[in-house]
Amino acid sequence: MLKQIEGSLGIAEAVALCRPGAVCAYPISPQTHIVENLGKMVKTGQLQDCEFVNVESEFSAISVSIGASAGGVRAYTATASQGLLFMTEGVYNASGLGLPIVMTVASRAIGAPINIWNDHSDSLSQRDSGWLQLFCESNQDAVDTHIMAFKIAEEVGLPVMVCMDGFVLTHAFERLDIPSQEQIDQFLPPYEPREFLDPKEPISMGAMVGPEAFTELRILQQRKMHKAIPVIERVTREYRELTGHHSGGLLDCYNCDDADMKLIIMGSSVGTAKDAVDELRAQGIKAGIISLKAFRPFPYDAVREAVGSTKNVVVVERSFSYGARGIVYPEVVRAMRGTDAAIHTAVVGLGGRAVLGSTIKDIVKYCLDGRFTDEMTWFDVDTSLLNSYLKDTEGTSVPEGPLPESALLDTLQHVRA
Amino acid sequence: MLQIRLHGRGGQGVVTAAEMLSLSAFLEGHFAQAFPSFGSERTGAPVVAYARIDDKEIRTHEPILQPNAVVVQDKTLLGAVDVFSGIDPQGYAIINSADPAEAVVPELCRQLPAGHVLTVPATDFAMQKIGRPLPGAPMLAALAAATGVFTLESVQKSFQTRYPGKVGDANAETAALAYEYIINLKNGGNNA
Repeated sequence: MLKQIEGSLGIAEAVALCRPGAVCAYPISPQTHIVENLGKMVKTGQLQDCEFVNVESEFSAISVSIGASAGGVRAYTATASQGLLFMTEGVYNASGLGLPIVMTVASRAIGAPINIWNDHSDSLSQRDSGWLQLFCESNQDAVDTHIMAFKIAEEVGLPVMVCMDGFVLTHAFERLDIPSQEQIDQFLPPYEPREFLDPKEPISMGAMVGPEAFTELRILQQRKMHKAIPVIERVTREYRELTGHHSGGLLDCYNCDDADMKLIIMGSSVGTAKDAVDELRAQGIKAGIISLKAFRPFPYDAVREAVGSTKNVVVVERSFSYGARGIVYPEVVRAMRGTDAAIHTAVVGLGGRAVLGSTIKDIVKYCLDGRFTDEMTWFDVDTSLLNSYLKDTEGTSVPEGPLPESALLDTLQHVRA
Repeated sequence: MLQIRLHGRGGQGVVTAAEMLSLSAFLEGHFAQAFPSFGSERTGAPVVAYARIDDKEIRTHEPILQPNAVVVQDKTLLGAVDVFSGIDPQGYAIINSADPAEAVVPELCRQLPAGHVLTVPATDFAMQKIGRPLPGAPMLAALAAATGVFTLESVQKSFQTRYPGKVGDANAETAALAYEYIINLKNGGNNA
């Protein structure tokens, strides 16, 4: 059914269609509207047989989710930013226990300094947590990915983080096609846990494992991640056939067939970039977009195939690793090992700085003009702001325009004694 | 694609107005998008919200830097915020004021085509019918009357959908007052 609603309400409706048995909530911007709406649905009876649990912190939100999932019901929660970090210990426990919890991360920067706006530093900080991480490019994609996430999680036996850009998607009011309950009941069977905690037949979960078996358990966990790749592909096919929506998948290509360069992007910047590359194409500049949906497991083969014989690839990243470089970049390099593709990282959109169509066009032209000198370059930098600090404190400055990492290193050679 | 930027102050329903604008367009079969500028909301602080209307899927999520129409819900923002920044030379501006546009923004009246810069006493209308200074519905109705892109009925229906009952009806009545005011102005009536 077509509706003009806020992204957060769309997600709440999608989650409700999946008939969760427990929703644990602690509010943090920008995910709050999702759980608020789910709370209302439980109260009004729109969502039945569901326990809505208000907790006092994110640590409890994930702990109650773990308890509910271990108790044998379909469990959902949502968080963002510092909230996700506060959950971390439980996040790792959930995957180690193989509990198919679905959690929305309404991606938001991490402080200090405090910042409530969107980038990917929160979700990507959990890349090694053992959760599947699925990114969404639009609100329709997010609605559909949440529904697919329950099925994927339960088939694979691992929790899924659905990462959608905070505010940019969660607070956008857009046209959404919400599937019917009949459709989703046909798609997603009632949850049947393989084993669960039952006071009548007590079992123990998460007992200590020593060096004699820990490695093997970790190998089996990795095997589940490998298994997830074809599961994501199959569930996406089933869902697309059922709804006609072109959502989900490991990745999605746009204008890639004859592209002279390709951008790899995660999240809501993909839509903005599609408009931008269409405008460039009208000027004869051929850029394609690979919208990366699955970050964990990382779809190495699909990325390699999507890049194909393209020689120029730019990974557009909305966070980076301090003291290292891009976070998505090394995965793309692994995927392209043995080819002669030149791969670079463009860092944009930190802490809510808008990723504009012009940002995308600047990156494409910078690439096709052969101007990428470094592995990582920052775009849309306010050079005067940066220099006002560097000049005052160290008597040095950086040049105008996109900022390659070497320019930052150069400033260290010219520090005032 | 029509891009509209709405300026106001926290508490005046700017974000709601953008959402109702998108709902009005949706009710008429268009694709529409609305989103706020995502600040930390405080009563009285300048607030910006955006809306887009198109006949195909709206993919972009960038803020609107070159609006086809600007809606100013609070006149005191003029001079404090560059509300008309990037406005399309053929665009529209609707300002909440009981004074004539020529007196409020004379320079903008010279820049944009005749009849594209309009004022409407939206707060006065809201006080009459709603009893609270919520100029969202009348400002949208004025935009509808000025541009003809969506109808008064859709504006009324969107508010009545969001606020069923008395509040929605009061917003609908306020919208009608503003719509008639602008139509009268365009026809060279008493408000001109």
